Amino acid sequence: MYLNSLQEQSPMNAAPSTNRGAGLAALIPDAPKMDLEKEEICLEVQNLNLYYGGKRALKDVSLRVARNRVTAFIGPSGCGKSTLLRCFNRMNDLVDGCRVEGSILLNGQDIYARGINVAQLRRQVGMVFQKPNPFPKSIYENVAYGLRLQGVNNRRLLDEVVERSLRGAALWDEVKDRLSDSALGLSGGQQQRLVIARAIAIEPEVLLLDEPASALDPISTLKIEELIYELKENYTIVIVTHNMQQAARVSDYTAFMYLGELVEFDDTNTLFTNPATKQTEDYVTGRYG
Amino acid sequence: MSTDEVSSRQPSPQEGEAPPQLNQWIRAGDPWIWLTAGAVTLSLVAVVGLLLLLAVRGLGHFWPANVVAASYAEANGQIVPLLGEIIESEEVSGTRARDSGYAVTAPHVTRLLIKLGNRDSDGQDFRTVLAERLTDRRYPLNVMVLERREWGNFYGFLAAVKEQGRVVASGEQAWPVLQERLARALALFEEIRTLERGSIGTINYAMERLRLKERRLTLDDALTAEAQAELTSSRAELENRYTGLQETLTQLYSAIKRDTLVGQLADGREVEISLAKVVRAYRPNEMGTGDKIGSYLTRFWEFVSDEPRESNTEGGIFPAIFGTVLMVLIMAILVTPMGVMAAVYLREYAKQGPLTRLIRIAVNNLAGVPSVVYGVFGLGFFVYFLGGRIDQTFFPEALPSPTFGTPGLLWSSLTLALLTLPVVIVATEEGLTRIPRAIREGSLALGATQAETLWRVVLPMAAPGMMTGLILAVARAAGEVAPLMMVGVVKLAPALPLDGNFPYLHLDRKLMHMGFHIYDVGFQSPNVEAARPLVYATAFLLVMVIVVLNLAAIRIRSRLRERYRSTE
Repeated sequence: MYLNSLQEQSPMNAAPSTNRGAGLAALIPDAPKMDLEKEEICLEVQNLNLYYGGKRALKDVSLRVARNRVTAFIGPSGCGKSTLLRCFNRMNDLVDGCRVEGSILLNGQDIYARGINVAQLRRQVGMVFQKPNPFPKSIYENVAYGLRLQGVNNRRLLDEVVERSLRGAALWDEVKDRLSDSALGLSGGQQQRLVIARAIAIEPEVLLLDEPASALDPISTLKIEELIYELKENYTIVIVTHNMQQAARVSDYTAFMYLGELVEFDDTNTLFTNPATKQTEDYVTGRYG
Repeated sequence: MSTDEVSSRQPSPQEGEAPPQLNQWIRAGDPWIWLTAGAVTLSLVAVVGLLLLLAVRGLGHFWPANVVAASYAEANGQIVPLLGEIIESEEVSGTRARDSGYAVTAPHVTRLLIKLGNRDSDGQDFRTVLAERLTDRRYPLNVMVLERREWGNFYGFLAAVKEQGRVVASGEQAWPVLQERLARALALFEEIRTLERGSIGTINYAMERLRLKERRLTLDDALTAEAQAELTSSRAELENRYTGLQETLTQLYSAIKRDTLVGQLADGREVEISLAKVVRAYRPNEMGTGDKIGSYLTRFWEFVSDEPRESNTEGGIFPAIFGTVLMVLIMAILVTPMGVMAAVYLREYAKQGPLTRLIRIAVNNLAGVPSVVYGVFGLGFFVYFLGGRIDQTFFPEALPSPTFGTPGLLWSSLTLALLTLPVVIVATEEGLTRIPRAIREGSLALGATQAETLWRVVLPMAAPGMMTGLILAVARAAGEVAPLMMVGVVKLAPALPLDGNFPYLHLDRKLMHMGFHIYDVGFQSPNVEAARPLVYATAFLLVMVIVVLNLAAIRIRSRLRERYRSTE
């Protein structure tokens, strides 16, 4: 039953399952060899356990996220990859009965320590959700929302940031003439880029993307992926995805998770072409075992 | 499967007998469609019928009907002349007529209700007569109807117009003279009313405030000679102004009493009526349709915009309309913040557990408490307890006559706010629940606190839900009567709760209300027949007022919905 649900969600499994590993390797032929030891570490997860009531959703997870790199979390549904992602900006605090043990260090400081200002943390760690969730306001006000929260009301400054953010999210040319229109009139792909613009408007250090393209058509998906590639210049990106091709295309490092455990974490090229564990190999080749 | 059946049957429709066809008809769901459509039709017919009945019965009253002159054979054989409007006609059994002393042979007879007017001369202004005994019916063109400020309508003929007891015109010349002088009398009347309500009312109000001020100073032991002198001087100034106005008023009164008219009744008696008492004089039999429509509109407008006369059986219902609308508006202003805040706490802040659920159930049940219970609560708590305390603390100078310790506008609105609170809470909660979690998370993820998310995103999006609550609340509050009888609504309020005297909005005043007006006119009126059309007309206008209030709210809501359309 679990297998069935996986097959439905993973588009790879629809194709004949021969030569899978080679196909993925072909996607990233010239990927440079990444070495986590040489990277500057932005986020560090240490022995993280997370409980929903009595259920243990994350088991002793430890990993490091490199600055200005894209780190992807892959794994079957319910493996805890989204849960882990939502720990980085403490979105899990909103869930009743959720308890976290262990620590996550952002630039060396534990974000689960006492006295941490969660709102401040979320300004540093922005997030984009699976389904586009623009506010029912104008395009302009959506992007300006984060700044207005910080008390910025200077029109010129806002104009500047809105334009920069929309350009950054590759949306400016499409919406520059209708900034005062409702954001709800945009297409799904545009809305998703708008919420990315909204997130980068407050200049976070880290950008968390929770399956940002899963609700979009192929062309929009492509645009988002290109965007991720560009955003890497300025932001540390953590992305959760169901789509292994996407992970292979956009990420520098990939973590494979299964049933709340981090099975394997390596640079993307290695993980896809030469995985260390059988479990990972089965998953990335679509054989699943 | 069903397509197979259809295709196999299609080639030979004759083959299937009635039962299989019926069977299929039932299975296809057609009877269900008819049943549901029938229910809708029935509801529509009921609503439209209700409005139509109210409109026809109520609004027909303002039409200037023709006046019939006829001879009537009384039960004792005596022939009397009658003059009046035929109001309604109905079939009754002959037995009933025989019981009333009439020699009737037919099993059924037609009975007419005639409005004769002239209550001052004949003692009763309606009479039921048997149609067959009303003979020699004519519609004389020169029949005159007078609407008067007292004693109801006058039906008769104009004999003469007098100025200070001296005849200035008689016969046919009298009619134009009458219209001319009536216009003058009406203008004078309006002047008197403006003077009494306006300037003199203001002076009285100021005098009362001076009295209260003096008493307050006495109570505080601060009535120094200086203050006393100041009071005396302001009082003298008011007195002075009052004397001046009083003089003008006396002149106006003598001027308005100058002219009288002599009217001739159907039986030839003559009565003299002062023009000061006449509201309108017209000859309905002489009027064309255009004139009648004009007269109809004037009278209808008078009904909507004027004050009641003759213990509410004549004149208009403006104070009642005004009171209803004002009270509902104040109620809306009170209930919205209370309800919204309670809903926000229950939905956004309170931990969702058994206690919250219990509170929610209690709130829902509160909506089912009979409204009269709220009235009792309002009287006991708001009026006597709260109002009494307010009087002791803030208005000790007015005691023993109460200011807020008596039923009034504020307590009416507050009681209704309490009554409609559950509706607003439930609807607002509904609105809050419908906001997607993703939107809240989107806001929180941008570094907004829960409060900021609430103010900037959640509440604006829940606004349509709040408006729904408000619409339901307004609809319920505007039609409520029972609790209001205890907390502030009266048969006849001496003044509107909103006027030109500081502080303009008088929350302590009693008010008139259309719902209570219907009850009062219909059941407490000394003149039931005269009042009945007004009951229908007032009911019709009450429905209209509620419709207008609701339409306004619905308009606002649909504009809000439009703004947030695709998030729902």
